[in-house]
Amino acid sequence: MSLLEIHDLDKSFHTNNGLTHALKNIQLTIKNGEFITIIGPSGCGKSTLLKIIAGIDIEHSGSVKIDQKEVIGPSIDKGFIFQEPRLFPWFTVEKNIAANFSLNDIKVRKKVDELIKLVRLEGFKKAYPKELSGGMAQRVAIARALLRNPKVLLLDEPFGALDAFTRSHMQEVLFDIWQENRTTMIFVTHDIDEAIFLANRVIIMNARPGTVQKVIRIDSPYPRKKSNKSFQDFRHLVLNEFDKTDELELVDRAGI
Amino acid sequence: MDNKAGVLVPTSMNENRPIKKSMSSQPKKVKKLDVFVRGLIFPIIVLGLWELAGYTDIISETLLPRPSNIFTTFLDLAQTGDLFNHVQISLLRALGGFLIGGSLGLIMGLLVGFSNKVEQTLDPTLQMIRTVPTLAVIPLFILWFGFGEMSKLLLIAKAAFFPLYVNSFLGIRSVDTKLFEVAKVLEFSRWKQITNLILPSALPNILLGLRLALGAAWLALVAAELMGSSEGVGYLIMDARQFSQTSIVFVGIIIFAVFGKASDSFVRYFERKLLKWRDSFQG
Ligand SMILES: Nc1ncnc2c1ncn2[C@@H]1O[C@H](COP(=O)(O)OP(=O)(O)O)[C@@H](O)[C@H]1O
Ligand SMILES: [Mg+2]
Repeated sequence: MSLLEIHDLDKSFHTNNGLTHALKNIQLTIKNGEFITIIGPSGCGKSTLLKIIAGIDIEHSGSVKIDQKEVIGPSIDKGFIFQEPRLFPWFTVEKNIAANFSLNDIKVRKKVDELIKLVRLEGFKKAYPKELSGGMAQRVAIARALLRNPKVLLLDEPFGALDAFTRSHMQEVLFDIWQENRTTMIFVTHDIDEAIFLANRVIIMNARPGTVQKVIRIDSPYPRKKSNKSFQDFRHLVLNEFDKTDELELVDRAGI
Repeated sequence: MDNKAGVLVPTSMNENRPIKKSMSSQPKKVKKLDVFVRGLIFPIIVLGLWELAGYTDIISETLLPRPSNIFTTFLDLAQTGDLFNHVQISLLRALGGFLIGGSLGLIMGLLVGFSNKVEQTLDPTLQMIRTVPTLAVIPLFILWFGFGEMSKLLLIAKAAFFPLYVNSFLGIRSVDTKLFEVAKVLEFSRWKQITNLILPSALPNILLGLRLALGAAWLALVAAELMGSSEGVGYLIMDARQFSQTSIVFVGIIIFAVFGKASDSFVRYFERKLLKWRDSFQG
């Protein structure tokens, strides 16, 4: 059963220096419960695509449908995780997760407590964002989105600013969440290992104008080990795609 | 990272450590006391020299009464109950003017902050009035309202209005657009947007405005009482000046200073309580 359907999506930005063709002729169907990662060089329109799916940006041509309904604006059934955690600094961890819901509501209270456990933040309920590390703050942001039971979670390079240790920890946390909830995930990254570690399908994008170059199905069983032979094979498969387009920029940024 | 063996430590253990910059509190306290004592050295030396200079008649008692003399004058005034009355009158004036001007400033600042239309209608005029120095309107107020309470209250209110107006307006307008985007994605109602996002984010500016407004109200009080009054600390000072009772003038000045500092500390205390979430706040 397909959750998201994108047809003939085209997007241009009008700027002072003329027209930027950010996305061209995007066709994409994503099934319910799938884990999709999107990888591509910087400026290829990954964030733009995610914002269009989220309904944050609705000025485009073509159609974007979730559950057969056209996306016309942002809503809580499309959770969005930005590169920065974007927590409310004046709220504690638990209040940040609840946000516009009241913690006095027993149902909200219970769900918030469950989520704090899920993202492994027991003991930090009453902490303020300034007391959290980057990874912890990002987990609060994920819990905040999950509280609203989204149909799909859109993550825009959520671990990009974290150090390598923290990042691989966060990948495991996110993987556990997905195993438990089966929330559909669309995850943008520029880290090839991260993309292969998590995804059912890796979508490789290409720049100027942004297009989908190739979709690679990763059909090795979870949980995956980055040192495995099959993991390395997929890695080469993805790298080959980038060689074809001479996009060394991405490889550089991934630190390979 | 204290990982000498190069072993992969389970990251969750490192990760779940809050980054609180906590020093053990004992040496910190001692240091605070140290700083306090060091701060006292200079004033004590100055007071000692001053007392000595008066005692040996190097300086005339009418120009610069000795500290001990000022202190006994203070005790005398306090005993008759006169001082208490004057202080009470002054405090009521300052508080009244501050409440009128400050609350109007806050309300206008919020209205103008929330609505572009209100901003376009009111802000240009208010900004123009703001540039008029408070002291310059004293003659006008005297002409209109005489030397009575009304002109004093209005003068103080005018002084307290603008710091709160300007800062609450600024606070509302400087909400992080990234957090606005979050509020949109989370489907905040307009009401939640105001209470959960805009007001908390404007609070540091509003409290700063409050502090500046209190300071301004206090200054205006002094000006208002010195321009002519029959009671209040300012009157006490002017009256004593006519009779060359310099020590009473000193008592008045010290009272103004002490209450000014006290009101400032009061707001600072609230800032510390309300803004403990702030990263940069080292209260
Ligand atoms: N708000 C905007 N205004 C103008 N151009 C934009 C805007 N956002 C993105 N772009 C342009 O669209 C292209 C794709 O950007 P983006 O989606 O942010 O790429 P990515 O996330 O893959 O790095 C870039 O060329 C960028 O300069
Ligand atoms: Mg991006």
